[in-house]
Amino acid sequence: MAIWFARSRNIVSSLRHNLNLSGILSKRDYSPRPAFTNSQLSSRSVFLDSITSLRHESTAVEKQHDLVQQSDEEDVQELDFPGGKLGYTSEMKFIPESSPKRVPCYRVLDEDGRIISDSDFIPVSEQLAVRMYEQMATLQVMDHIFYEAQRQGRISFFITTVGEEAVNIASAAALSPDDVVLPQYREPGVLLWRGFTLQEFANQCFGNKADHGKGRQMPVHYGSNRYNYFTVSSPIATQLPQAAGVGYSLKMEKKNACAVTFIGDGGTSEGDFHAGLNFAAVMEAPVVFICRNNGWAISTHISEQFRSDGIVVKGQAYGIRSIRVDGNDALAVYSAVRSAREMAVTEQRPVLIEAMTYRVGHHSTSDDSTKYRAADEIQYWKMSRNPVNRFKKWVEDNGWWSEEDESKLRSNARKQLLQAIQASEKWDKPPLTELFSDVYDVKTKNLEEQELGLRELVEKQPQDYPPGFHI
Amino acid sequence: MASLLGRFCRKLVVPGSAHGARMVSTTSSCGSETVKSLNLYSAINQALHIALETDPRSYVFGEDVGFGGVFRCTTGLAERFGKNRVFNTPLCEQGIVGFGIGLAAMGNRAVVEIQFADYIYPAFDQIVNEAAKFRYRSGNQFNCGGLTIRAPYGAVGHGGHYHSQSPEAFFCHVPGIKVVIPRSPREAKGLLLSSIRDPNPVVFFEPKWLYRQAVEEVPEHDYMIPLSEAEVIREGNDITLVGWGAQLTVMEQACLDAEKEGISCELIDLKTLLPWDKETVEASVKKTGRLLISHEAPVTGGFGAEISATILERCFLKLEAPVSRVCGLDTPFPLVFEPFYMPTKNKILDAIKSTVNY
Repeated sequence: MAIWFARSRNIVSSLRHNLNLSGILSKRDYSPRPAFTNSQLSSRSVFLDSITSLRHESTAVEKQHDLVQQSDEEDVQELDFPGGKLGYTSEMKFIPESSPKRVPCYRVLDEDGRIISDSDFIPVSEQLAVRMYEQMATLQVMDHIFYEAQRQGRISFFITTVGEEAVNIASAAALSPDDVVLPQYREPGVLLWRGFTLQEFANQCFGNKADHGKGRQMPVHYGSNRYNYFTVSSPIATQLPQAAGVGYSLKMEKKNACAVTFIGDGGTSEGDFHAGLNFAAVMEAPVVFICRNNGWAISTHISEQFRSDGIVVKGQAYGIRSIRVDGNDALAVYSAVRSAREMAVTEQRPVLIEAMTYRVGHHSTSDDSTKYRAADEIQYWKMSRNPVNRFKKWVEDNGWWSEEDESKLRSNARKQLLQAIQASEKWDKPPLTELFSDVYDVKTKNLEEQELGLRELVEKQPQDYPPGFHI
Repeated sequence: MASLLGRFCRKLVVPGSAHGARMVSTTSSCGSETVKSLNLYSAINQALHIALETDPRSYVFGEDVGFGGVFRCTTGLAERFGKNRVFNTPLCEQGIVGFGIGLAAMGNRAVVEIQFADYIYPAFDQIVNEAAKFRYRSGNQFNCGGLTIRAPYGAVGHGGHYHSQSPEAFFCHVPGIKVVIPRSPREAKGLLLSSIRDPNPVVFFEPKWLYRQAVEEVPEHDYMIPLSEAEVIREGNDITLVGWGAQLTVMEQACLDAEKEGISCELIDLKTLLPWDKETVEASVKKTGRLLISHEAPVTGGFGAEISATILERCFLKLEAPVSRVCGLDTPFPLVFEPFYMPTKNKILDAIKSTVNY
């Protein structure tokens, strides 16, 4: 290892330093220095009419984001280590565990649905905005009706996205249909956006013969190869390293597409979060990681999940560009995801987005969140910080949406959903042979034998088995 | 080092079963093909070269794979196929397998290396909960059949707890994956190519003891040995022995010794443990009336138990003696005690005799 010596700029200061060596430590200021400065985005007064210029702004790697501040009296000496040259300092200084100021949250719309002046954002046309709003409202209706269906015992289980409609829809709107989505389980809005019908959602929840998943998994475990939406699996964060592999494949095939994967705040504690981000960074894979920080992992508040400033600060630890966005601001989410996607594809790199939001609903139908959080906390977010209402105000203020449109949309959605559920409920389950198929590409001898054995059993004692299955 | 299992030329089996139906396999004899004396790691290396050559959408990666790997199995691949297709990964098994699943789900072949089978456990969630269920849970909309996980396994003389394990039993309990273990260089090349090309995720355990120790004539061309087809590698009438991997060498020695004492042993290489070829073992035990299974992994809960239970179900009235298992002890794999732990030739020979004399 070569050790580079350069002449010290200030010989006097180094002498001073040497003289202090006999003391224990010279008096130094050990108060934490800011590791981050305010993002410069919010103070810009630029109205952008193209993505390119926005991308240029946001890709500027701010020097202030360096974690190690150099002291004023730095030497220009450098040391060579595997990994490159390092400046060194004789001042023993620990990087503080947190910076005095949290990473700010990118937002465009205020709580009243008005665009904050001087915001950077990618404009959204009337057509797109109305579609986004319609889908957010449809998602609300879908959540409500399926939740009730579970309560009535018609489906076994359900997970809602209440409170997170903006993350769901605005992110989906910002992607291209060729982008491959690897969800956690609270992102059906992305599938809805892409064209999955209410009937298809219902079919999966009922596990009937029309379910693309062939009735094998619990409700909400949707998947669609047609819409490039990988099938949901219950284990948390397993999709993250897979997303890195998907992104790498897209890169190798030179596709104009990226992998987009979702995770909650809780999921970032899993080893697969570390694995996924590290692999995506090292392999330079085009992956957009979207973390829905909704404050709760079932009953575990984020204060019990990590001690960092949320998830956004973890990006730099992996060499990944990251941004914190107001997840309840549809326009901000749209801009951030759209920009991140462009960066991922054109620069062939991963990007991390932390979308701040709130899980208004319970974790699932198996949960009663009033057991671990205040009912008025839930109410507050539901009423005053509602992402759908906020976006609705903006759309209405533009003259693009009326109360008549609203009631028509909601009643249509409700009607369609009820019809879909009634139909799904009536249809048969998949035939018994689907219990044994797809374990492998071709049924093994073992499985054929077991199928034969089971058929005989069912024919002999049908009363032991539920109806609705063709043998 | 003499080649292990006979110097005679062996015909490769033409696949007849459903599992093999999609594979192209060639019947060949040594006389007409080019063969080369190779050890196990070279045979595996050859298979990998062929796999990458024949499918431009195939990848080989894992820890230290770039420079050739800690066991030299990936020598020359990065230089020949480029760092985009053959590369080192960060030290993270769950990431290696997860990344491989993602690649495979996009229609690529991902041949991932886990440096030692002892370190496969961080990837267990990805293998069991993701890879094995990927096709099934999606209703066949998605699959990661292009995934093959290679890992060196088994005793090496000085490996201790964490360089000697045989974890095959854990994986044999997972519907949706296949588990394959070759016994020799020639078998390894053919079985690895089959595993890579099989449309299901495969865990391929390589007996590290044989990486250098085993030398055999290996055909140079592209050939595949079918999965889920066991092979009777030695015929006999008095007792059936079933094993896999490096243990077969030990068992064969026991068979030779037994023969000197007038006991005729039939030796079967299972090759694929999941899904396993019950028919071949059943036919053999119906002939001999006796079964002995031997594996390095601890006896309790080992894969021998599955074979024993199945054969008992199918051949109960034909059995002259209880099924015998000569396996590792129920301890972590010890260092200085390895010679005591291992299912040695003499332990097997004793068991053969007591089974025959039951």
